[in-house]
Amino acid sequence: MNPAMTVVVLALIWAAITGTFSGLNLLLGGAIGILAVLLLRRSLGPPRRFRQLRNIASLTVLFLYELGASAVRVAIVVLTPDLKSALQPAIIAFPLTVKSDAEITLLANLITLTPGTLSVDVSEDRSLLYVHALAFGTREGLIADIAGGFEAKVREVYS
Amino acid sequence: MIVDIATYAGCLLLLLGALFSLVAAIGVVRLPDLFTRMHAASKAGAVGGGLVLLAVALLCFDVGVAMRAIIGVVFLLLTTPVSAHLLAKASYRTSGQYRVNMVVDELKSKSSQNHRA
Repeated sequence: MNPAMTVVVLALIWAAITGTFSGLNLLLGGAIGILAVLLLRRSLGPPRRFRQLRNIASLTVLFLYELGASAVRVAIVVLTPDLKSALQPAIIAFPLTVKSDAEITLLANLITLTPGTLSVDVSEDRSLLYVHALAFGTREGLIADIAGGFEAKVREVYS
Repeated sequence: MIVDIATYAGCLLLLLGALFSLVAAIGVVRLPDLFTRMHAASKAGAVGGGLVLLAVALLCFDVGVAMRAIIGVVFLLLTTPVSAHLLAKASYRTSGQYRVNMVVDELKSKSSQNHRA
């Protein structure tokens, strides 16, 4: 997204949050948006290509589906009478292939909200993401799940 | 007709959201340690709160309120994993005694290597 688009989007979000779409309020939102873009211009990435919107949409759909599935799975575990046998907690080191801060942050947040996994820590050289699993199956299975699902999609969005 | 559908869908969302919030609360009580508790609080809690906000968006019949409720859901989904992650990390660093029999703990062997280095 180029800076002008960002300002327009921020102005619309401002109007939506404050609940009035009047001209004056949109101008105020735009002014705040310009200020925010000026302050953050170094951390805003290069402009996005339009094709990526499709990747973002596909990531969002996958995320919403996984979020629903994960809430149901946690609910089942929580309501199991024999809690001890349903739980197999473990912390696994997941080898990261995405490298930038933004990608790792997005991936870690997505992992936390999806079935049976919770991000705990990132190693100092950013090569490993430590993931807590609620019901641990196999190490390879868990890693293949994340690498083939969210990590691939996150890489598409930022490619 | 449309108002009826919106009302029923909103009530359904409200009930589902309340159910997930209840499950999250039960999970926090029943699960043995902080990590497993954060699973319940972050996933079921976020979905429960999100569904209740969506129900508000459907039932209020006011575009301004609906927009704010939907943005509320977005911010809930953005902030919940961050707090869960920080709580898990802080708990791991400060105390070992609340960790209940993990099958595998690859962070532990890693951090003991760091201590030696």
